[in-house]
Amino acid sequence: MKRILWSMLLLGLGRVHADESRVTLKDGEGRPLVEAHCSVCHSLDYVQMNSVFLDRKGWEASVNKMIEVMGAPIRQEDSGPIIDYLTKYYGK
Amino acid sequence: MLATGAGWLTRAMADATLGPAELTEGALQSASMEALPGKVSLIKKTWRPPNFETPVSYFDQAFTPNRAFFVRYHLGAIPEVAAAKWSLTIGGDGTGKPFALDYDALRRDFAPLEVNALCLCSGNRRGLSNPHVPGIQWGHGAMGNARWKGVRLKDVLHRAGVKKEATEVVFDGADSAVLDKTPDFVKSLPLWKALDENTMLAYEMNGEPLPHWNGFPVRVVVPGWTATYWIKHLTSIHVSTQAFKGFWMATGYRIPKGKFPIVDRFVSQETEANTPITEMVVSSLITNLQPNARLNAHSPLEVRGVAWDGGYGIAEVLVSIDGGENWRKAELGSDLGRFAWRQWRFARPAPQRGNAIIMARATNRQGASQTEQLIFNPAGYHNNVVQRIPVEFV
Repeated sequence: MKRILWSMLLLGLGRVHADESRVTLKDGEGRPLVEAHCSVCHSLDYVQMNSVFLDRKGWEASVNKMIEVMGAPIRQEDSGPIIDYLTKYYGK
Repeated sequence: MLATGAGWLTRAMADATLGPAELTEGALQSASMEALPGKVSLIKKTWRPPNFETPVSYFDQAFTPNRAFFVRYHLGAIPEVAAAKWSLTIGGDGTGKPFALDYDALRRDFAPLEVNALCLCSGNRRGLSNPHVPGIQWGHGAMGNARWKGVRLKDVLHRAGVKKEATEVVFDGADSAVLDKTPDFVKSLPLWKALDENTMLAYEMNGEPLPHWNGFPVRVVVPGWTATYWIKHLTSIHVSTQAFKGFWMATGYRIPKGKFPIVDRFVSQETEANTPITEMVVSSLITNLQPNARLNAHSPLEVRGVAWDGGYGIAEVLVSIDGGENWRKAELGSDLGRFAWRQWRFARPAPQRGNAIIMARATNRQGASQTEQLIFNPAGYHNNVVQRIPVEFV
C-alpha cells in the first residue's frame, strides 16, 4: 500500500480529481473504511451511481470482484464491514 | 402550491438533462453537469476514471461536436501523450518484421482514409436495464457520430509481415491502472476484422486532432463494432497466433450466445456460453423531444432522431405517436455511409390535445429491428428497446 501511494505521488498518476472531493457518502459505520479503500482506484460516485438496486449478495460480488480481479488491497477483515456499509446505505 | 409546482418542474427538467427517468435515483442524483478541460459541460457520471455522457440534445445534428463527445475510461492513470513523443510498436509472434513508427511516419507513410462512423459504448443505456445491473449507469448518451481520419490498420499490419498463423491483433493504449494488479485495458480483434478495409488508426476526428479525452494522438476505429475495441492513446499492436486471454477479453464485454441477432462472430474467443460483443445492434433515438414535454397542439408536430446499426444500413424508421398502435414511415436524411448513424424526420399535422406516447423503431437492411422487450444480459449490453416518450399536447 505504501509503495502504491508513493508511486502514485511519484508519477502524479491516479491523483484525485479536485472536483471529486464534492462527492460525499452517507454517514455511517464503515464509511471511513469504504472511502479509504475504494477511492484508491476510483471516485466514490461509483458507489452512489450503483444504487439502489444491489442487495447484500450484489455488493458482496462487487467488492469481491474488486479484490480478486482488480487487485484492490483490502484485508479480509475489512471486506465484511465494507460490504455491511454498502448494503446498509446503498443496498436494497 | 406554486412553489411545489415550480420545484417539480425544475426537477423534471434537470432529470431530463441528466438522464432518462428509468435510471436509478442514485444514478440521477450522483450525476451533474460538469466540464472536463477542453470539453463543454457534459453529464458527469463518475469523476475518476472519467466517465462523461453527451446530453441527448447534441444528437440533433449529423456529427457530434468533439467538445461534446462522450468520455469513457476504465482505469485511472491517464497520461497526456505528446504527439512528438508518441510511438507505436507493431510486433508479436504473428509478425515477421516487427517495427515502430512515430506520429509523423504514421501520417506520411500510409495513405489517408476518412470514414464516418458511430462510436457507441457497449454499455450505452445500461442504466435502463430492468433489473438494473452494476456498471456505469449510462443513459442514451454514451455515443457520438464523427468523421474519422487516419490510416488503414491493414496497411500498417502489412508492413509488419503478418504470418499465416496469425489469429488475433491485440491493442494497448497509454492509459493504465493505478494498481499493478489491476488488469490493463487491452483488447483484441480477430485478424479478419483487423484487416477489414474500414478498420483504421485514426488521428483526426471531425477535421481536428483527436481530443485528449477521446484518445489523442491515435486511436483504433472499428466501424460497425462497439467502442470497447476503439483503443485510445494507442501505443502497441501485437499480432498473435493465440487467443488473447486478458480480463477485458476473456471475462469482460461478453454477451450470452444466441440471444442477439448478431452476424459478426469472434470465433477464437467464443466459449460454450458466451462470446465477445461485436457489432452494434440496430437502434434509434428521438433527439428533439424531452420526456414529459408539453407541445403545442396547434402547430404541426415534428419528430427527429437518428438510427444506426452495425454497418448494414438503415432500411426504414417507423414512428408512432399513439403508443405503438399505428406506425408511419419517417423520412430518412442523407446517407453519411453505412457505419454512420442516419438522421430521420417525421412530420404530421397538429395532433389532438391530450397525452400521447411517441415511439420510433428502426429496421436495418437485413430485416433486423429494435425489440419491444429488453433482452436481458448481466452486463446490460445491446439495449435497443423501442423508446417510449410521453408528451402532452396542450
